[in-house]
Amino acid sequence: MKILITGIAGATGRVVALHLLEAGHEIVGIDKRSFADAPDGIEMHRVDIRSRPAEDVFRTTQPEAVVHMATVTHLVARSEDRYRINLGGTRAVFDFSHRYGVKHVVFVGRHTYYGAGPESPLYHTEDEPPTAVGSFPELADLVAADLYAGSALWRMPDMTTTVLRMVYTLGGTGHGTLASFIRGPRVPRILGFDPLFQFMHEKDVAGALECALKARIRGVYNVAGPPPVPLSTLIEQTGRSSFALPEMAYRLALGRFGLPKLPAAALHHIKHPVVIDDRAFRNATGYQHKISEAEAMRDYKNAFPVALR
Amino acid sequence: MAAFVSREVERRIEALEIPWGPFGVDPYGVSRKHLAVGFSMAEPFFKHYFSVKVLGAENVPARGRAMLVGNHSGGIAIDGMMVIASMFFAKNPPRLAQGMVEKFMNRVPFASMLTGKLGQFTGLPEHCIRLLEDERLLMVFPEGARGTAKLYRERYDLVRFGTGFVRLAMRTQSPIIPFAFLGGGAAVPSIYNAVGLGRLLGMPYVPITPYGMPIPLPVKLEVEYGEPLVFQGTGAEADTVIEGYVEQVRTSIMAMIERGRQRRENFAEQTLKQFRAGSNGNGGAS
Repeated sequence: MKILITGIAGATGRVVALHLLEAGHEIVGIDKRSFADAPDGIEMHRVDIRSRPAEDVFRTTQPEAVVHMATVTHLVARSEDRYRINLGGTRAVFDFSHRYGVKHVVFVGRHTYYGAGPESPLYHTEDEPPTAVGSFPELADLVAADLYAGSALWRMPDMTTTVLRMVYTLGGTGHGTLASFIRGPRVPRILGFDPLFQFMHEKDVAGALECALKARIRGVYNVAGPPPVPLSTLIEQTGRSSFALPEMAYRLALGRFGLPKLPAAALHHIKHPVVIDDRAFRNATGYQHKISEAEAMRDYKNAFPVALR
Repeated sequence: MAAFVSREVERRIEALEIPWGPFGVDPYGVSRKHLAVGFSMAEPFFKHYFSVKVLGAENVPARGRAMLVGNHSGGIAIDGMMVIASMFFAKNPPRLAQGMVEKFMNRVPFASMLTGKLGQFTGLPEHCIRLLEDERLLMVFPEGARGTAKLYRERYDLVRFGTGFVRLAMRTQSPIIPFAFLGGGAAVPSIYNAVGLGRLLGMPYVPITPYGMPIPLPVKLEVEYGEPLVFQGTGAEADTVIEGYVEQVRTSIMAMIERGRQRRENFAEQTLKQFRAGSNGNGGAS
């Protein structure tokens, strides 16, 4: 199958591309960033997804399926850029796909869609609304992109659309929101809270996408890997140490003393869990994760060891 | 495990049917280590301080989904804690009763973390359904916060029951095991609920006792489990139908409370008589 991947030059995008290439698919990639060491089997186009040249890639390569991974979080881009990339980009991908006869579009979204909060349930199912978006405005563009992608299910009924809400990635690439948060040798926690964190290895992300493409499922699905672990365990198993600050002090210290610069609302995500139920996806595609929570944490630890002092 | 975890607690934790992951937590974040410490701390209270008497524990199924439904007794959560302890210490094999916690708890540092690690989650229908479908044992107090706010003089009363619990039990086809909890109102004899002080501390209220702080007295507590009640249906029935079922549960609990009250009053009278007889016999030494 000829598969077009947007955001291919990102760390996870590369893992996905190589995995699908190995599985025997033809890969076309679109990204503004360079993917210099792309293997021969990957046809790389260095263009902006919202541009006319990108449309031309759809026109000339005629992919059968599209995997849309070109979205960014508040950690990577400022708000105007985020709206441009996440909403503008997603719109362009669906428009081009529909115009040039793509049969299946997979939107790779995030499980943070559901948001974290004191009154939010453990284990979210796909039918839940994004209740936390009000308290975490930095999530709004990703939530909007997710819902917009979902609207293709009725706007473009002749095309199969899959919206995947994936948990954090953790593994050797060290890429992703969670991986960046625990990068330093000492990870700050909020005193009196130890939420569960759910993550999956990049290789399982690739495996899940392969399953989704193969089963050509229609609809919105949560995608996860192994069961979640408490933040304290995550910190310990990745070889980091943690220190806990009262929430008030944490707020004041954000972005100072080597602490990560986070929007204030992100603290909800260090206090309360976002855990999803992925049974529907597993049942629909037969997907099974291959890498355990212990292996994923070990992989990350080995790739990003904490320097001995 | 921590040094002060008793051998019995260790053995009973081992016997719990919980799917522990490689790091000693289950998929809900319930922690083996925290349970061991928690039950070790509860053990002297359950066995000695309150010397909790447990009746009818065999009415609770040994495994599979079930909903413990009972009355609130005592202004702070000693009823919940002792019901959980009774399922752990007085049932063989033991079971972990998972309560539905008041929403404010999840906002409070440490309380949020510890309730979660001990398997006590926020009272949301989603949690209720998920745990039951996962064959867990749920503990529900349908009186809600209205029930913990009962004062000493109201200690044998039942306030209005919510109806959600019956709908959830029907929807998940779970048996309801009614229970009566007695003595909590005497252990924490609230004479007043300080709502203003509670708001200051982020709680619904703080119960005030004749001696000030809501510190529980060493009163003998009792919990009686009744026969399981099973209601057929989908849980989407009209309120009038559901209210009938709620009334059945309520009646069952009320009957157990009444029996327990008589038992306690007889016991108190007899003890008093014995005490008087004893003190008279001693030639008025008191």
